[in-house]
Amino acid sequence: MKTVRIPPTLRTETDGKREVHAAGGTVRELLDDLVSRFPGLRTQLVNDDEIAPFVNVYVEGEDVRTLDGLETEVQDGSTVILLPAMAGGGA
Amino acid sequence: MASYRDVLQQVKAEIDEVDVTRAREILSAADGDRPLLVDVRELDEWTEGRIPGAIHIPRGFLESRIEQAAPDRARPILLYCAGGARSAFAAKSLAELGYENVTSLAGGYTDWKRSGLPTELPRTLDAAKRQRYSRHLLIPEVGEEGQLKLLASRILLIGAGGLGSPASLYLAAAGVGRLGIVDDDVVDASNLQRQIAHSTERLGESKAESAKRTIEALNPDVDVVTYKERLTSENIDRILADGWDVIVDGADNFPTRYLLNDAAVWHGIPIVHGSIYRFEGQVTVFKPHEGPCYRCLFPQPPPPELAPSCAEGGVLGVLPGIVGSLQASEALKLALGAGESLAGRLLLFDALATEFNEVTLRRDPDCPVCGEHPTITEYIDYVEFCSGRPTHA
Repeated sequence: MKTVRIPPTLRTETDGKREVHAAGGTVRELLDDLVSRFPGLRTQLVNDDEIAPFVNVYVEGEDVRTLDGLETEVQDGSTVILLPAMAGGGA
Repeated sequence: MASYRDVLQQVKAEIDEVDVTRAREILSAADGDRPLLVDVRELDEWTEGRIPGAIHIPRGFLESRIEQAAPDRARPILLYCAGGARSAFAAKSLAELGYENVTSLAGGYTDWKRSGLPTELPRTLDAAKRQRYSRHLLIPEVGEEGQLKLLASRILLIGAGGLGSPASLYLAAAGVGRLGIVDDDVVDASNLQRQIAHSTERLGESKAESAKRTIEALNPDVDVVTYKERLTSENIDRILADGWDVIVDGADNFPTRYLLNDAAVWHGIPIVHGSIYRFEGQVTVFKPHEGPCYRCLFPQPPPPELAPSCAEGGVLGVLPGIVGSLQASEALKLALGAGESLAGRLLLFDALATEFNEVTLRRDPDCPVCGEHPTITEYIDYVEFCSGRPTHA
């Protein structure tokens, strides 16, 4: 099992959960598992079979776009961070 | 019993001395070969003139402070005082501390000046500033030089809201010489849960003016420049041309953040970025052409429906206090040239879990603005770009 950190802007899709466990050996498999359980995440994470351009996925602190993208391997015990841009400055 | 003169003679026999002619030669060596030049006189002597390039460590503090200034004991050190006596004792003391290559300037500053060699008047803080910034002066990484740098530095804040409030107050308290504040908004009752630069009696006032009043009450050393306008493609070049060393981005919307990013890359000004939502914050530093920019991090903004603002989703009042203070800390480090900035690292703070995480940011060689072959070289329609509709930018 891998831990996926859900950003606050996406938690409405994960019943408010900050972290969820997901199964799979690659980022693609993890996201597939997540989307199957939380269908609302699909449009927020995936775009034309790619990671949506406005969200970053980090495995062990590295952007998977600089690794192997969706095919990046995720080891057991790894933490995956989903990070969409936030604009708020508290105005 | 030995007299002072006897002891001085004895010490001088034990240490290495150079005369002013030789001192001048070794001080004009290339950077790597030049000794660390240390003035060990008292403050009042130092303020009346010094040998260019010297650092000041009064004799009484030499042993306790030298390791900070010269951690490498093999590095050559040239000491001077007024006439060569105090520096002789100082040289002996440094040798006892393990410094291997210490020399004292025979004849000291007096001989140096008498020989017609160049001197300079150090910029110094007056007594009032010395007192106000005394806790900074005690920190080796700041000290008088650093405080003078801060007093000469110019930092622009985008927004005097949640992030801009704490950032501007701490930057002002720290003695940043000039603060620019860009904000076209007015103080609203719903701001006061977090925007500590404002107050109940200022409801309806310009946020930029309100922050200016708070800052001036806190520290009259700071020159506050207000821009009561919304940052746009039309005014941004004019505002940045006023000359800023660092920009603190506390904007509340994507169009402004992308506009600011592009302008800062083109103007070569580093941005200290902060953003917040509910319990979570993000902080990083974008250093044009040295590290990634905002577009390297997020090439595209999310569609508006996927990116609620604090006005829509809320924010814990203290969160901008933490994130804005981190931004102030990064901005001060950039102004001082001290420490490791957050460039290339995105710091994530989660107040609910009380957890800091960090992810690596890298420059995108294909970045349309700071990449190898930029495709965006002038301002675009940022509102359109962030509207979620397809663009050709």
